[in-house]
Amino acid sequence: MADEIVELHDGTEDLVLVGIQRRGVQLADRIAQLIAEREGEPPRRGALDITLYRDDLQTVGPRPVVGPTDIPGDIDGARVVIVDDVLYTGRTVRAALDELADFGRPARIGLAVLIDRGGRELPIHADVVGKRVELRRDQRVDVLVNELDGQDSVVVVPKTAPPSDAGRAAGGSRAKKVPTPPGRRTAGEKSA
Amino acid sequence: MTSPLGKDLLALEPLTPEQIGLILDTAEPFKEISERAIKKVPTLRGSTIVNLFFEPSTRTRVSFEFAEKRLSADTVNVAASGSSVSKGETLVDTARNLEAMRIDMVVMRHGASGAAQFLAQRIESTVINAGDGTHEHPTQGLLDLLTLRDHFGDLRGLRVCIVGDVLHSRVARSNIWGLQKMGAEVAVCGPRSLLPNAIAEFGVTVFDRVEAAMEWAQALNVLRLQLERMTAGYIPSLREYNRVFGVTRERLERVDHDVLILHPGPMNRGVEIDSDVADGPHSVILNQVTNGVAIRMAVLYLLAGGRPELAETAKSTPGGER
Amino acid sequence: MTRPLVLRGGRIIDPSQALDIVGDVIVVDGKIAHAGPKAGVPDGAEIIDCTDMIVSPGFIDVHCHLREPGREDVETIATGARAAAAGGFTAVCAMPNTDPVTDNQAAVGFVVRQGQKANAARVYPIGAISVRQEGHALAEVGEMVGAGAVAISDDGRPVASAQLMRTALEYSRTFTIPVVDHCEEPTLAVGGAMNEGIVSARLGLRGVPSEAEEIMVIRDILLSRRTGGHIHIAHASTKGSVELIRWGKDRGINVTAEVCPHHLSLTEDAVEGYDTNAKMNPPLRTADDVAVLGQAVRDGTIDVIATDHAPHHYDEKEREFADAPNGIVGFETALAVVVTALVGSRIVDFPTLIERMSVGPARIFHLPGGSLARGRPADITVFDPAREWVVDPAQFLSKGRNTPYAGRKLRGRAICTVVGGRIVYHIGAQEH
Repeated sequence: MADEIVELHDGTEDLVLVGIQRRGVQLADRIAQLIAEREGEPPRRGALDITLYRDDLQTVGPRPVVGPTDIPGDIDGARVVIVDDVLYTGRTVRAALDELADFGRPARIGLAVLIDRGGRELPIHADVVGKRVELRRDQRVDVLVNELDGQDSVVVVPKTAPPSDAGRAAGGSRAKKVPTPPGRRTAGEKSA
Repeated sequence: MTSPLGKDLLALEPLTPEQIGLILDTAEPFKEISERAIKKVPTLRGSTIVNLFFEPSTRTRVSFEFAEKRLSADTVNVAASGSSVSKGETLVDTARNLEAMRIDMVVMRHGASGAAQFLAQRIESTVINAGDGTHEHPTQGLLDLLTLRDHFGDLRGLRVCIVGDVLHSRVARSNIWGLQKMGAEVAVCGPRSLLPNAIAEFGVTVFDRVEAAMEWAQALNVLRLQLERMTAGYIPSLREYNRVFGVTRERLERVDHDVLILHPGPMNRGVEIDSDVADGPHSVILNQVTNGVAIRMAVLYLLAGGRPELAETAKSTPGGER
Repeated sequence: MTRPLVLRGGRIIDPSQALDIVGDVIVVDGKIAHAGPKAGVPDGAEIIDCTDMIVSPGFIDVHCHLREPGREDVETIATGARAAAAGGFTAVCAMPNTDPVTDNQAAVGFVVRQGQKANAARVYPIGAISVRQEGHALAEVGEMVGAGAVAISDDGRPVASAQLMRTALEYSRTFTIPVVDHCEEPTLAVGGAMNEGIVSARLGLRGVPSEAEEIMVIRDILLSRRTGGHIHIAHASTKGSVELIRWGKDRGINVTAEVCPHHLSLTEDAVEGYDTNAKMNPPLRTADDVAVLGQAVRDGTIDVIATDHAPHHYDEKEREFADAPNGIVGFETALAVVVTALVGSRIVDFPTLIERMSVGPARIFHLPGGSLARGRPADITVFDPAREWVVDPAQFLSKGRNTPYAGRKLRGRAICTVVGGRIVYHIGAQEH
């Protein structure tokens, strides 16, 4: 994924990786590190909490907790890559685009996600995808990261199962653990 | 009800430490929004909020207005006349009229203790108490807590003394409840004629002299001497009040540790607090003002819980996910 | 000329004769003909079965506000007198803080006539102490007494001037009437909305300290000592007042005192939530005060239970607490509150209760009634001491609905009220 991002943006000049809270932030950090190893310098990194820009605040139930947002410096004219763990309906990315617009006017905004599970409800498209997964409507995919959950894994669980965080496998025998080291291409994945 | 605080925010006395902690934690990300170039998020877009102020107030009203506008809500300011008895509409009629206009929230300041509860019991809209008589001023209490937490990290065991006219102060009451619930130790200091007779039953230490209070406290919350509330002479003169109870640089310098200085404003410089203290290195008075907007945004966010029946529908349909 | 009346088979309690016996009370020509063991029934008599009831001399409420003239929108003498009868009262004394104030013989006469027309509980006017109750000039006491006033009071307000109270006590001796004082030191009480204490401090409401009452109580007792006049302390509400009244009585000073049912059953905690139906003057006090007042009723330091029935319009009470007027209605809940609070907890027995609600009031205010002795006017209260009921203000006969007891289950209910041999209230006839 790191390679593809660099390729897509013709290098790291003016590159800003913005991770979406929560796990997108950790993924963005890792990608930045990989880019640093390959290119010598890590790109600027930021974090975005999109809770206040959600389009479903009126119906989601109890108020979700708002995490920190930190966009370093000026993003006018920058090449921003939004990084998130899972792309599904596209509404999170829509909220992120609205929020970024309140910070400035990047020259270009791209999207890199670890898992694309299809099921889009808006015309949103990922430029860089770690793995595509086909799921039924009654299933959900959770990404766990070492920094927050004590392990790196991607699990498929029933939609109504409790969140998989902190390494707790949910849904019993129906969970399929698919360990996927980030940044490695698998067969059949194509960028852009 | 999908709000973790219930329908209204009327007082700190009935809240749990968890609820207060939630408000303080929620305020943190809202601080950052006020530092952005575009100080606006779309969260309350389409909500209508009325600022119903029966008592004049610039600072609280403006703070609420900023909080509301930064959340993209539509706001209307109404400066209403005094009590029900005087000319104009009764509070009941005012309430009903607002409800008929389908207002989502009312932020009210009123001269009668209990007025916020009175309104909240009669309308379905959310009511936020911006100060009711001498009863409570919950958002002020919360922003004071946040300011203290910013500085000291943890409120547990923190020694805070409230100095001044506690008898007539809603800020004092909200602070006492908020601090106690968060585990702080609370004291009050002032002339006995300005302390409630039953003050010992509040579980606070009472200092008769401000020098002793300063020795004990890690932070002082200095109250404005409420000239407009005194119907009789509780103290002989402002000059005497400053001489005996004033928070002055000389007094603070005689203490062996730094004492953080808070003041809800507006200040009577030279009466309860001297300028060199208010503008000095230990004053966090301006931080209080900044935190005030964040706290009010957090409160509005938490109370705008949305419609429960839609929440039920949303749970059972796909979508609403990433 | 009404039919003879027989109240049959009830427990007859008449402290004026030390009578406590199951039997019959027979009324002929508006007077008591017999009160004792079962007796023969006169021809054509109306018979009321009083099994399991208590039959007592009619209750007399020496302190109430009937609002007429001036505020007929919240109560009239007629509606008040009927509400009183529904509460078991055969007579009430109406305070003069009307509009205009009842401070002259014409006004007193008006109240007397309205009371007669009402044909329910008897209405005795209390005249003002000072002209327009302004606390300066003494009103024409003699003229008012001549027109039917049974006492004088500036109730609604205190008599702030000690000199005026002294003069009133001296002057009243000529007419052998009590001077009733609403004890409230005005500078201490100004702006107060409830008892001063921890609750008022928490709610941010200005409080009235108990000393505001006690300072005037002892002042009045000392003036009574000097003048020999009869001072009657209205609505005593604090334990300090009880101590001072006891001090006065121990020294033979001519002081009597009354307490209201709400001060025997509710504390300042009833104000929680800023309920204006718990707002009255003097305010509800602490549990200690309630306990001491209950004991004082028992031992007679407090002579009389009176309601201070004070109806207010719904709109007036539907306000911010500090702006709402003081007062609650009391006629139709008094008996039940006292039975539930005092008799239920064995602080007071029924003979004592009847002493405080009938015999005592009659004696202190020199009124006919308060006894079932042969030949006396037939003012009788029949009540069911065990009957439980839920207070529903919508059912009140009073125009006022302002009560803190709404929705509460209480025990004790007036069943039948007889005035001058005529039934002016019977529960069966009223119930929906």
